[in-house]
Amino acid sequence: MSTEATQTPDRIRTALSLVPTAAGRQSAKDFKSDQEVRWCPGCGDYAVLAAVQGFLPELGVARENIVFISGIGCSSRFPYYMNTYGMHSIHGRAPAIASGLATARRDLSVWVVTGDGDALSIGGNHLIHALRRNVNLKILLFNNRIYGLTKGQYSPTSESGKITKSTPMGSLDTPFNPVSVALGAEASFVARTVDSDRKHLTGVLRAAAEHRGSALVEIYQNCNIFNDGAFDLIKDKQTAQEAVIRLEHGEPIRFGVPWAEADGGDGLGSLGVVRDRASGELAVVDVTAEGTDGVLVHDAHTASPTTAFALSRLADPQTLHRTPIGVFRSAERPVYDDLMAEQLEQAVVQRGKGDLGALLTGNDTWTVAG
Amino acid sequence: MTTEVNQASRDTAGENNGAGKDVRRLDRVIIRFAGDSGDGMQLTGDRFTSETASFGNDLATLPNFPAEIRAPAGTLPGVSSFQVHFADHDILTPGDAPGVLVAMNPAALKANIADLPRGAEIIVNTDEFTSRAVAKVGYAGNPLEDGSLDGYSVHRVPLTTLTVEALKGFDLTRKEAGRSKNMFALGLLSWMYHRPTEGTEAFLRAKFAKRPEIAEANLTAFRAGWNFGETTEDFAVSYEVAPAASAFPAGTYRNMSGNLALAYGLVAAAQCADLPLYLGSYPITPASDVLHELSKHKNFGVRTFQAEDEIAGIGAALGAAFGGSLAVTTTSGPGVALKSETIGLAVSLELPLLIIDIQRGGPSTGLPTKTEQADLLQAMFGRNGEAPVPIVAPATPGECFTAALDAARIALTYRTPVFLLSDGYLANGSEPWRVPETSELPDLRTQFASGPNHELADGTEVFWPYKRDPETLARPWAVPGTPGLEHRIGGIEKQDGTGNISYDPANHEHMVLTRQAKIDGVSVPDAVVDDPGGRARTLVLGWGSTYGPITAAVRRVRREGGHVAQTHLRHLNPFPANLGEILRSYDHVLLPEMNLGQLALLLRAEYLVDVRSVTQVTGLPFKAERLASAIKEALDDVH
Repeated sequence: MSTEATQTPDRIRTALSLVPTAAGRQSAKDFKSDQEVRWCPGCGDYAVLAAVQGFLPELGVARENIVFISGIGCSSRFPYYMNTYGMHSIHGRAPAIASGLATARRDLSVWVVTGDGDALSIGGNHLIHALRRNVNLKILLFNNRIYGLTKGQYSPTSESGKITKSTPMGSLDTPFNPVSVALGAEASFVARTVDSDRKHLTGVLRAAAEHRGSALVEIYQNCNIFNDGAFDLIKDKQTAQEAVIRLEHGEPIRFGVPWAEADGGDGLGSLGVVRDRASGELAVVDVTAEGTDGVLVHDAHTASPTTAFALSRLADPQTLHRTPIGVFRSAERPVYDDLMAEQLEQAVVQRGKGDLGALLTGNDTWTVAG
Repeated sequence: MTTEVNQASRDTAGENNGAGKDVRRLDRVIIRFAGDSGDGMQLTGDRFTSETASFGNDLATLPNFPAEIRAPAGTLPGVSSFQVHFADHDILTPGDAPGVLVAMNPAALKANIADLPRGAEIIVNTDEFTSRAVAKVGYAGNPLEDGSLDGYSVHRVPLTTLTVEALKGFDLTRKEAGRSKNMFALGLLSWMYHRPTEGTEAFLRAKFAKRPEIAEANLTAFRAGWNFGETTEDFAVSYEVAPAASAFPAGTYRNMSGNLALAYGLVAAAQCADLPLYLGSYPITPASDVLHELSKHKNFGVRTFQAEDEIAGIGAALGAAFGGSLAVTTTSGPGVALKSETIGLAVSLELPLLIIDIQRGGPSTGLPTKTEQADLLQAMFGRNGEAPVPIVAPATPGECFTAALDAARIALTYRTPVFLLSDGYLANGSEPWRVPETSELPDLRTQFASGPNHELADGTEVFWPYKRDPETLARPWAVPGTPGLEHRIGGIEKQDGTGNISYDPANHEHMVLTRQAKIDGVSVPDAVVDDPGGRARTLVLGWGSTYGPITAAVRRVRREGGHVAQTHLRHLNPFPANLGEILRSYDHVLLPEMNLGQLALLLRAEYLVDVRSVTQVTGLPFKAERLASAIKEALDDVH
């Protein structure tokens, strides 16, 4: 996994430094609520729930200081299954509600669970504004490219021309690429992972938890009822080799069939991502023919989101061929809740702690004698 | 208390002041400043009001301005005005008819002349009465010359020329210097009515602290206006209106607008509750001033979050409420429509939340800068499902302070969203306000849940997020960060007690009835009937900002010998427990509202009483005269 996944516990402490630590050791079991999980058998959501419950104990954060807030949709039932504080709110509004909670309470670790319809259709406005503000929220966007809870209409991430109940002749919409949207919205942390790859998923979740500020994690999640197999191309070991581009900070962006040392290669993928000198666009080349010199080295920490955005555009919006996964961007920038708290402190330094009597009296009074 | 008189009475036994001019005593005056929206009329009115307040008169104001920031110059839609009524006694309204009009241009004259009684004084800026400007607003000839103003006492003053002349020594263009003409007019009016000027001088110095030459120019124009009044023969008389000392209980007073009172009430409520104040809001007229004001008070721990839209404004507030803040969202009618779904969620979550609606003319964008009371039914019913929300409505600008405290009390005690319905007239209008001692403020402290509250059959101690207080039916407020109380809440129907998702039919009905019973059981004070003679058979009822004009009308009717009782409601959901009994004890119930009869509809449904509506939806408050006539008609019906 990337360097993000191998961070030391100290770095986690820094990112969650305002959140109280757990008194004792916690296990995944501690994070399971007593409620029966009611997703369809075979749903990708189970894997994400297990991964979250499995990795949260590692954070060492007090369970009572963790809050999950969701909107509406299948994935938004998530908080009911977590033995933390939680709120299942209304369609699309979870980022707004979570922004209020996180800015009022910096001692909490606040997570948003949302879906492609919830986050990108009805709640698109709240998502982009939470990201640009850089409120200290971790947003898990379960993307199954379909409306599941309402039984199978196309979603804002469905491929164009998709035949569904509401689009018998094919959908007319151009899909959103959630990673591109997030990067365009000034997100300081953007990652993509897949429900079925527990190790990768856990690594990305850890990296998100470690990041101070807004983090958007897109999780490709299979809806086996209404959109089964939507991610087969990138899940099938054979096809994934050329379809998936694994991003790791500090590593050359290489994928595809390994270029065997026996053939004079370096054991890394035989395909690489390079920047075309003439157009500035990113392109995929066969490094066995072109050499490895021009291959981009992934820098998730760079201040500019330009290359991360270009990487997000490599994927074919219809088939998802050449989909990068991993942490696209993890950059430091001022966090809204910190700035808000600083202004409050600054106001006290400048004007002293508020005096209600003086405020109500003001500067311009007159007296009526009894 | 003294009573309000219909027309300003003038003491003819004038005295002579040092400048050799007559000084006459008046018991009250109504002045309207009117000009282009760029002429600074609101500022001029505000300053005159502050001078008047610090002098100790009772007062009431009515700012009236277009929604456009700078409407086309010199046109009727671009006219902005500010009316101030001040007196040596207790008054209730900004007054029906101004006795003095300051008209900065022909449009201001034309737009306001119909409101003036014959004999009123008109001060016009003659510089603006060019044939082109006069024609622009549809005058056939120059009204200053064609005799159409013969019934009025007109002062023709070249305000612009005089101001430019006074500012000759400054390095300003004619246009720049001319901008200070409002301060010249303010100086003139301040002389006419013996207003103290220190406040305005200090204000101008502070406002233009970074541009001392502009401050000095405005001060010079202001003093020139004063001196002009004192020297010119056109103004032979000045007037005194004595302080209204006997109209007020003893105490320290200040001038207070509704929106400022509301903001202060919220800061005070948070302190009284010992909770941090959190405002989630989106700018909207006429509510934005509450956001502006609260943003200034970060040293009280006040967090203000300007959200991306109305929905996010209330969403953030609700999130903060979950986290243990005293949470507020401020808006006006169209914003309430957008917040409706989140209000429903708050009803279901049973978390404290204040929703402040500064009502304006509707529907849709309607009249953003004008007043109306037409959101009552929206506040009452504007949500899907059975979603009752308590409603509090202040009656005067100053009362917005106590209404905020009261709304917070209800929200915190009953763990419920609460509506506070103010309106544009209360928000921007102002009146003298007695500054309360902080020790007079209520104790609003509330208890967060701290441990298990239920024992299972097997003896296990657990926390049930929907186990209710048997008296208030409120559920516990368990804030994140409290160990052992981890729980999930949501908008899906939940089982009473455990809070777990439940689709059980009987449970849903039980929850709907319980939520309704909780709001029905909110403790509100009994309504008070004012019927000094005890002989009235007609009751006039009101709510919200109609208090001023209704009370003024009731006084007029009583002065003429009519018997009428008056009750004013501050709580619209639930109604005071004694309201039904009050309504049924009169032959007639008259209900003036700035809508088409929304409270009347509720009262008829609730009490089966034949409430008669008096309605007005002009975007302006009722005039006392009109209400007095309506009351007299009702009285005639009785006899």
